[in-house]
Amino acid sequence: MAEKISHTQYGDAPLSTAHNLDTTGVNEQGLEARPGDHLIGRTVTINRPRQELYEFWRDLRNLPLFMQNIRRITVSDGNRSHWVVEAPGDAQVEWDSILTQDEPGSLLAWESVEGASIRNSGRIEFRDSTNGRGTIVTATIVYDPPAGNLGRMVAKLFEKEPHIQARRDLRRFKQLMEAGEVATSSPPNPPPKA
Amino acid sequence: MRALTWHGKHDVRVETVPDPQILNPRDAIIQITSTAICGSDLHLYDHYIPTLKSGDILGHEFMGEVVEVGPGNQKLKVGERVVVPFVIACGKCFFCERQQFSACDNSNPADDADMSDTLYGYPMTGAFGYSHLTGGYPGGQAEYVRVPFSDVGPIVIPDGIDDEKVLFLSDILPTGWMAAENCQIQDGDIVAVWGCGPVGLFAIQSALVMGAHRVIAIDHYPHRLDLAKSMGAEVINFEEVDVREALVEMTGGIGPDSCIDAVGMESHGFTADNVLDKAKAAVGLATDRPHALRQVILACRKGGHVSIPGVYGGMADKFPIGALMEKGLFVASGQTHVQKYTEPLLKLILEDKLDTTFLISHRLPLEQAAHGYKIFKEEQNTVTKVVLHPGMTQVH
Repeated sequence: MAEKISHTQYGDAPLSTAHNLDTTGVNEQGLEARPGDHLIGRTVTINRPRQELYEFWRDLRNLPLFMQNIRRITVSDGNRSHWVVEAPGDAQVEWDSILTQDEPGSLLAWESVEGASIRNSGRIEFRDSTNGRGTIVTATIVYDPPAGNLGRMVAKLFEKEPHIQARRDLRRFKQLMEAGEVATSSPPNPPPKA
Repeated sequence: MRALTWHGKHDVRVETVPDPQILNPRDAIIQITSTAICGSDLHLYDHYIPTLKSGDILGHEFMGEVVEVGPGNQKLKVGERVVVPFVIACGKCFFCERQQFSACDNSNPADDADMSDTLYGYPMTGAFGYSHLTGGYPGGQAEYVRVPFSDVGPIVIPDGIDDEKVLFLSDILPTGWMAAENCQIQDGDIVAVWGCGPVGLFAIQSALVMGAHRVIAIDHYPHRLDLAKSMGAEVINFEEVDVREALVEMTGGIGPDSCIDAVGMESHGFTADNVLDKAKAAVGLATDRPHALRQVILACRKGGHVSIPGVYGGMADKFPIGALMEKGLFVASGQTHVQKYTEPLLKLILEDKLDTTFLISHRLPLEQAAHGYKIFKEEQNTVTKVVLHPGMTQVH
């Protein structure tokens, strides 16, 4: 039986900010976590309407525009999609994912299908800020770090600084939505120096 | 193209590098006509700012002609002459909407933003030619530069206005102006300014335009103190007198109402705390040498304003937090929100209410940029500002 994620035991801070992740809490957010799972959570405020952000994210083919490690996402049928993600050493990791919740304008949640090389689930929430600053976007990802060679590869990918990839991806999402482009200071393939 | 590149402490070179290209829809490419060496470039030259990479193009004070515009920019036109703010700002985020352009959330590339996110708690904005903390954007001490978000930053200059009259809208004039604005000057106020480099001198000029009753300037280079005096400031040479005693006496025992630190992290002066700071910085125990800032905080009157346009990057030892708290000082600081000031300041320049040309002591071809850095660093008394011109062959 899977345990679920909620706020910390005392106070209003999200569980992703806890010093020690305790997955035995009560589910208030709809995500399932098992003991040993890793949790990433990150929030940004984006100065655009909630519906617009939701719709952009709902078309999963847009995600590689700001998620750096994703090579491609293909949407097969309905709520099922196939993810191909870069791994160190020119390798790649693939899995199928199912959309488990879809509340237009406010929430998307997904879960990898049984047998995925990296069991993962996550949700992205879009809420109006109460002080007129646009939309508060919160991404929460739970994953099970696999064992063996793949585990070591994935560890390199996610584990060393588990929050960093999500943080960078959300920054790029915000740049794309607010400024219309992803900030960059160098050409994608810089020519050799003269 | 030719560009001034950084290779290590006191090692900058003019080299041939790839031409910039349009990378994003809102970009423009500017052909540089005038570009200056900033006092804060000396912090890079001295390697006080981390995250520089060998080959980085420096320069954040520049202007020129628009030669290419990306498809997402409906405002700029090829052929227009523009001055470009050193701060890169998207114009759309929470901070830009509040005109806090130097806090823009979107201009620092996501990967580079990690560093300042960790160092300062939140990621810093992008800037031209100022290390990878601010995004690693190639700077404008070059023949050409790529300008991101070029529909927000660059200000178009009317025909017939000389480069030298408007070039400093890119950084030091707005920086001096914001430094004075942060003092919230009231009738009768006395403003003290530490450092008579370009920002200090413009802060003096700005404070007087804003109605300061008196301005007292502090430095040790006689020529720079002469410039301050010619602008209407009273001057103190810190090598001759005890600055705090002098300020107490010159303000009738009350102290300056506002104090501006236009010195920053590489403070000069042969005092015990400064020698210790220098030793610690040399062995990596502290990064910044805040001697001037300590004096600013101690000299400021009770309930006065402390304004810090001088650049700091890391940690400082022996910060007089007690004096700050017990005297109830107001502190304002930050990289300049250049885009907020370019239009009103251009207007003041065109009305002859602000003059910035007096500052320029040296005009050099871009090819001699490395020499420009050397003299700006080593001969600060007489070298007040170096302006570089790509394509120029004669030294004026």
